[in-house]
Amino acid sequence: MAEPVHGLAHHFEDMDQQRESATLGMWAFLVTEVLFFGGLFAAYTVYRTLYPAGFAEASHHLDVTLGAINTAVLIGSSLTMALAVREGQLGRKKGIILFLVLTILLGVAFLGIKGIEYSHKFHEHLFPGLGMFQVDSPVASEMQLFFGLYFAMTGMHAFHMIIGVGLMVWLIVKASRGRFTAEYYGPVEIVGLYWHFVDIVWIFLFPLLYLIGRHG
Amino acid sequence: MSSNHHIMPLPAYILVFCTLLAGTALTVWVAFIDLGALNTVVAISIAVVKALFVILYFMHVRYASRLTWVFAGAGFLWLAILLAITMADVMSRGWLPFPTSDFLNIR
Repeated sequence: MAEPVHGLAHHFEDMDQQRESATLGMWAFLVTEVLFFGGLFAAYTVYRTLYPAGFAEASHHLDVTLGAINTAVLIGSSLTMALAVREGQLGRKKGIILFLVLTILLGVAFLGIKGIEYSHKFHEHLFPGLGMFQVDSPVASEMQLFFGLYFAMTGMHAFHMIIGVGLMVWLIVKASRGRFTAEYYGPVEIVGLYWHFVDIVWIFLFPLLYLIGRHG
Repeated sequence: MSSNHHIMPLPAYILVFCTLLAGTALTVWVAFIDLGALNTVVAISIAVVKALFVILYFMHVRYASRLTWVFAGAGFLWLAILLAITMADVMSRGWLPFPTSDFLNIR
């Protein structure tokens, strides 16, 4: 019998096999996530095709500057997340914690800006439910459909980010207890994959929601 | 067996980050130029390139096993099928008259 290796579950041959299995399992989950958001993107594509005028006019009510800043913030958080995984590969506990804290701060900044945008929409009577929606336009009902998708898609995206922040807090606790080594950092890598996926969803949401028919 | 454990140098990460920021700036800039129907095509193309950078480098898929490539690719293949068949239905509505039949008594 070989000596037990830290972090190696008994049903795996070695650390490489364990890491490979974890990565594959996470990708299988991410495929279900791609198709989950895919349903929302399909609904968006159908209604934008049917009601191009209402979608363009509604999109003009979104703040491009805040949207672009948030895109940069989220890309920055993906960078710090990738660097946290790199610190994991190098087995540096302090580095993992530092970059996870930075990622959380950027994630919370994103959610804060999103919250400001949501409150603007409520004040401008652009929330599509609770009898609040009120717009003076011949395509008002089409715009209401756009804002339904806007809140559903960005809300579901924000929900994923909140889960991601929770997972990172858990990682920080584990890291501070010295659970991760250069050979065992799988959880950091897996949460990293999740966070980057959430970033990719936003990379598509930003142009599709904020930048329709901006010219002219 | 160190392929799973490829450690990218720090400058490579910074370069990917800058590429993604440049892509964001480009997508905003080009949205304000009138390209007709091409505006949407360009916006989605830039987003796809940005997503590829995130997947290949931040998510390490470039250095992952071929089996991981198959898993990742499968997600986007099925997404393409979902969008293609949904839109095939939506866009072909009204191409043909609604079928009627005296024999089946459908009007």
